[in-house]
Order: sequence, then C-alpha cells, then structure tokens
Amino acid sequence: MSGIPHDHYEPKTGLTKAVNSRLPVIGLIYDTLMIPTPKNLNWMWIWGIVLAFCLGLQIVTGIVLVMHYTPHVDLAFASVEHIMRDVNGGHMLRYLHANGASLFFFAVYLHIFRGLYYGSYKAPREITWIIGMIIYLLMMATGFMGYVLPWGQMSFWGATVITGLFGAIPFIGEPLQTWLLGGPAVDNATLNRFFSLHYLLPFVIAGLVIVHIWAFHHTGNNNPAGIDVRKTSKAEAEKDTLPFWPYFVIKDLFALGVVLVVFFAVVGFMPNYLGHPDNYIEANPLATPAHIVPEWYFLPFYAILRAFTADVWAVQAVSFLTGGIIDAKFFGVLAMFGAIIAMALVPWLDTSSVRSGKYRPMFKWWFALLALDFLVLMWVGAMPTDGIYPYISLIGATYWFAYFFVILPLLGVIEKPAQLPATIEEDFASHYPGAAE
Amino acid sequence: MIKKLTLSALAALSLSAGAAMAAGESGHKLHDVDFSFEGPFGTFDQMQLQRGLQIYTEVCSACHGLKFVPIRTLADEGGPQLPEDQVRAYASQFPVNDEASNMHLFDYDEGAARTLTENDHFPANNSQNAPDLSLMAKARAGFHGPAGLGINQFFKGIGGPEYIVGILTGYTGEEKVEAGTTYYENTAFPGGWIAMAPPLYGDDVEFADGHSAELHHEAEDLAAFLMWTAEPKMMARQKAGFLAVTFLVLLTSLLYLTNKKLWAPHKGKKTTL
Repeated sequence: MSGIPHDHYEPKTGLTKAVNSRLPVIGLIYDTLMIPTPKNLNWMWIWGIVLAFCLGLQIVTGIVLVMHYTPHVDLAFASVEHIMRDVNGGHMLRYLHANGASLFFFAVYLHIFRGLYYGSYKAPREITWIIGMIIYLLMMATGFMGYVLPWGQMSFWGATVITGLFGAIPFIGEPLQTWLLGGPAVDNATLNRFFSLHYLLPFVIAGLVIVHIWAFHHTGNNNPAGIDVRKTSKAEAEKDTLPFWPYFVIKDLFALGVVLVVFFAVVGFMPNYLGHPDNYIEANPLATPAHIVPEWYFLPFYAILRAFTADVWAVQAVSFLTGGIIDAKFFGVLAMFGAIIAMALVPWLDTSSVRSGKYRPMFKWWFALLALDFLVLMWVGAMPTDGIYPYISLIGATYWFAYFFVILPLLGVIEKPAQLPATIEEDFASHYPGAAE
Repeated sequence: MIKKLTLSALAALSLSAGAAMAAGESGHKLHDVDFSFEGPFGTFDQMQLQRGLQIYTEVCSACHGLKFVPIRTLADEGGPQLPEDQVRAYASQFPVNDEASNMHLFDYDEGAARTLTENDHFPANNSQNAPDLSLMAKARAGFHGPAGLGINQFFKGIGGPEYIVGILTGYTGEEKVEAGTTYYENTAFPGGWIAMAPPLYGDDVEFADGHSAELHHEAEDLAAFLMWTAEPKMMARQKAGFLAVTFLVLLTSLLYLTNKKLWAPHKGKKTTL
C-alpha cells in the first residue's frame, strides 16, 4: 500500500495461504497495521484515532437511539424524554451521543489546525486534504440535522435560520429552500428528511474516512519536520520509521484514554454544559427565542455569515456592481461557504516549499493569529449583533480570508525558511539525545 | 507531553463554552444556591424532593403541567422515593385540571377524564397558558458570564434551579396592567415583568416533616424537585460517569507505562519496568 519500502505479508500456514491467495484480506490488514510511520510524530498526530473513535461511538449510540426515537413533530420531543426517563441507560446513550458530537468537532478542529500548521495539505497529500474537507462538510451537515431531531426550540429555529440561507441565493433561492424543506416552512416533512439523512450521511463519512486513510497510507504520513521518509532502501526507511503496530497503536490508545477521561467526566457530571437551555423547550413555531444560536462548533462560521451586513462598504460595492443580485444576505452566505472553501484550497494557496510551520519563522506568527482568530470568531458568533460585536466579527472574518488569500501566497515568496533537518532520524534524535546509536 | 494534552483539553473545554455562552441573555444576577445535588458527587435530598412535590401538588399544579414525568417514578430510587402504595393513592387523587389537553385520559362513558393511575404521566395543563414544568430546571440558564463565555457555569452549574428560586423570590410587589393583562415586577425575569402572579408567599403549605415553610425554603425545595423532574437519572448518570472516569484513569495509566516501555529502546532511555 505504502510507497515506503517495507516487508509485506507472507502467509505461512496452509490456511492463511489458501485464504490470502483467494482474497488478500489478511495481507491488507497486515500492511495497514504494519505501515511504516515516521517515528518523530508528536502528540498532535493522535486526533485521527480520536476521530475514528468518535465516528464509531456516534454510529453505535445513534443506531440504538433510533430504536426509541419517533421522527414526528408531535412526538419527537416526547420520545427524547422517553429515552431520558424510560429506556434503560437511555439518558447515558443520549448524552454520549450529544456530547460525542462536540468531541467529534473538537477533535476535527485540532486535526485540521494540525494539518494547517505542519503543512500536511501540501503535495503529495492534496487529495487526502480535499477528502478531509469533504468529510468535515458532511460532518457539519450531519451535526446540524442531528441537532434538529430532538425538536426543541433551538432545533426548530436553527433549522429555520440555516435553511433560510439557501433562500438568499438569487432567483432560485426560494424554490430551492421549499424543495429542501419539503414545504413552505420547517415542519414534519423537514424533520423526516433530516432524520433520514442524519442516518445516511455517517455511513458516507465512514466510506470517505477509508479513502482518507488509504490516501495517506499511500503517500505516507506527514510529520512535524515536514520532510519525507527516505525511500531509497528498506534499511534507510527503517531508520526514519517504526511500524504502526505496536508503537503508534499504543501511543494513540494512551492519548485516546486521556481524551476519554475528560469526555466521560463531561458526560457524567456536566452533560448539558455544551448544550443550549432553549432546546429543553419543545419547538414552537409561534415563539421565536430571544437569540438563535447554533451549536458551538458552528459559531466561527456563523460569525463570518453575520459579519457582512449591509453597512459594510465591500458589501455595498458588490451589491452595486451586481445590480443588487448579491445583497448583504447572499454576501454573508457566500462568505460563510467561502471561508470553508478557502481552507479546502489551501494546498494551492500556500506557495512555500517548506511544509512544516516549525521551520517558517514568519508563518508561525500568522498561523497563531489564525488560531486566535478562530477562537475570537467562535466567541463573537454567540454574541448579540449590536454594540462592538459586529466590528469584531468583521475584523475576524477579514483576517480569515486575508490569511488564506493574501498572507499564505505572499509568505512563500518573502519568507526565508530556517534550516530543515536532513532526515527524520536526525529530527527524532534531536529530541532524544540518547537515541543516536 | 501529558501536560500539553491536559492543557489542550482544558483549553478546549473553556473555548467550547461557546454553547454556554450562547445563552447570553442579559438577565439579572442570580444568587448561587448551595443545592445538595450540585457537583460530581451531589445527591438529591429525598426529603427535600418530597417537600417540593408537596408544593407542586398543592400550589403549582393548578396552572402548570408536568406532562413528561411518569407518576410511577415518584417511587424511584434517587427521587422522592415514596412507597408504592402512597404513589398509587397519590395518582388516584391527582386532579386533571385541563381535560382538553389530556384527551388520552378522557373516558367517553363517564364524559370526563378518568382517574389517574401510577402508570400515567402527570397531566398536561394549558388552562392558564402556563409553561409545562417537567424540564424547566434545564430550560433556563442562571449564569452566563463573564463576557458571555459561560465560565461561571463550569463552577456553579448552569443555574436552572437558581433561576427558579430567583423567580419565586424575586417579586417586588409592583404591578402593571397592559392590554388587559396584569404583569408583576420580578427581578429575576428577563425584561423585569412577568405574567405569573406571585405563587408563593411563605407558609403556603405545611410540611409533614416539620421543615420551615419560609418563602426561600419553599422556593429551594420546589427548585430541587423540578431539577429532579428535569433530570431524574442524574444520580445514576454521575455514578456511571465516576466509574467510567475511574476505570479509564486506570486503563490510561497502564497504557502510559506500556507506551513508555515500548518506546524506551528507540528513545535511548533506560526503563526500570
């Protein structure tokens, strides 16, 4: 599978020879588990295993929750309370599933920012990155539709606001929105199709995860030094790598254990901390909540959506130039999706030949600012739209685009990278002086 | 390295306070009440829940429903834990004040709602347009700050029960009439004017256990009861959480040692294990 030279599976017994010659599944499992992995991977490389765990957790808890849930506007909220009160362990299942979504997004953000810092998106891993971005988009769709299912106030009004975004598209917006909702407003048809898709998409994600893993198993992992494993001979490759089993399996499981300690503490002791109280009020189309706020993991992009109001000059200019076709609302929608597309395009926006941010003295600071920007946007996304908050959103949103479309392309040209280590072996040895043999 | 992980986990929790911050309504400051059920090892006070149930039955139930709560759960461990015969008697005497909202209880032969049994839920009650109280303690946040970050909730809890206490004790005595509706000034209510007349004044009920029925005691007992109706499996959940955390700490420690020993030869380290 991997382009790194290593031993392949050789069946030894009669049975394994017979099986493997007909279906090389044992070889596939062996090669996947024994893949040579750069030995200098740091602790930011553990989020993949956390994400795999999350996907499994969400699918398993989700399938059991479906056994007790009723997708109907009159019954959904009560069926969730039935799960909380009458189903054996139902309260735990539901809290695991709800907080599991938060852990999933927490891990995916760290995973994405790890990739952004260490240049994991650069050649030859662009396809891994693009597939990752598609997985992230599907996660957002799945998370959003899942949040609608309990049919609380935030479910209903969140669905109304977010599907309303499609209504902002010129000419086809309104019919498109009606088509998506299955009617003029969020109602039973919407709830049912969201339920159906919320069940379907995780399996699509699972399929894409396999392709994601396949892609980076072919190119080999990136690593904190951002340099390639030596591939000229098996002996050299072995100096730079260690097999995934047992070295990285055990390391990842340990890290997963640490994450799960925190996760189970949250589920056990404060399961509603990350939720919104309004979602314990049954959906009421006649009563709009004071503030409609999405789940925390959507807040940075929600802030970007709201940042471009009609009094921003750029919005006015675009609106004038397009003869009003792109109004403030549609501009906001374009900005929100654009912010994610910017991230997806980063392999072609970053002009630097050096992968790892560790060896890029200027990039480091701009990257730190991007991470801070993300947190500020997350905070301001939950704030009201008056006072100073719209200005903060606007500055934050502007920096997000500036980072991807201006700073990254320029940095590659003007920045002088630091000296890279010659080999992964050398980088690893610099951390562990005793390791040099 | 472990420090880094722990730090990032903590940072994560505080940043994902986003949801908590999402509840950033500008309300009045509420006082933190030291409830017995707070914290990872908190437990419901059985006697307090029984007192709260009494207040709900004698006062609140006239206008407010509790439609998600099965009456039989009053006998459950970790709740008011009434004896089963008492629960049966309680159910049979509980009035259905709003027949239109409880048509599943309607007896067509009698032409009226049938007698409740312990297997029924508490009836819904929309007769006065008052909200159902089943989930009220989770449907309101008492604490939001600072700066809308929701960090207070990390230490004090989300504050639903405190909000309920705040409403019940927050009446100033001022009234105003707008469009034919009387509003009562209340320091805890967002906006400051609530349509609910003061439901409790102190000494509204007489507790069998001789506990003081001062207004703030009544308010706290009721808030505790409503926390139980909102989260009846809280104690089971905390127990499961404690077991999970304990065993995961054990497993993670073993994995830490395994990992250390496994990598030692490659890192040029000696290990004593």
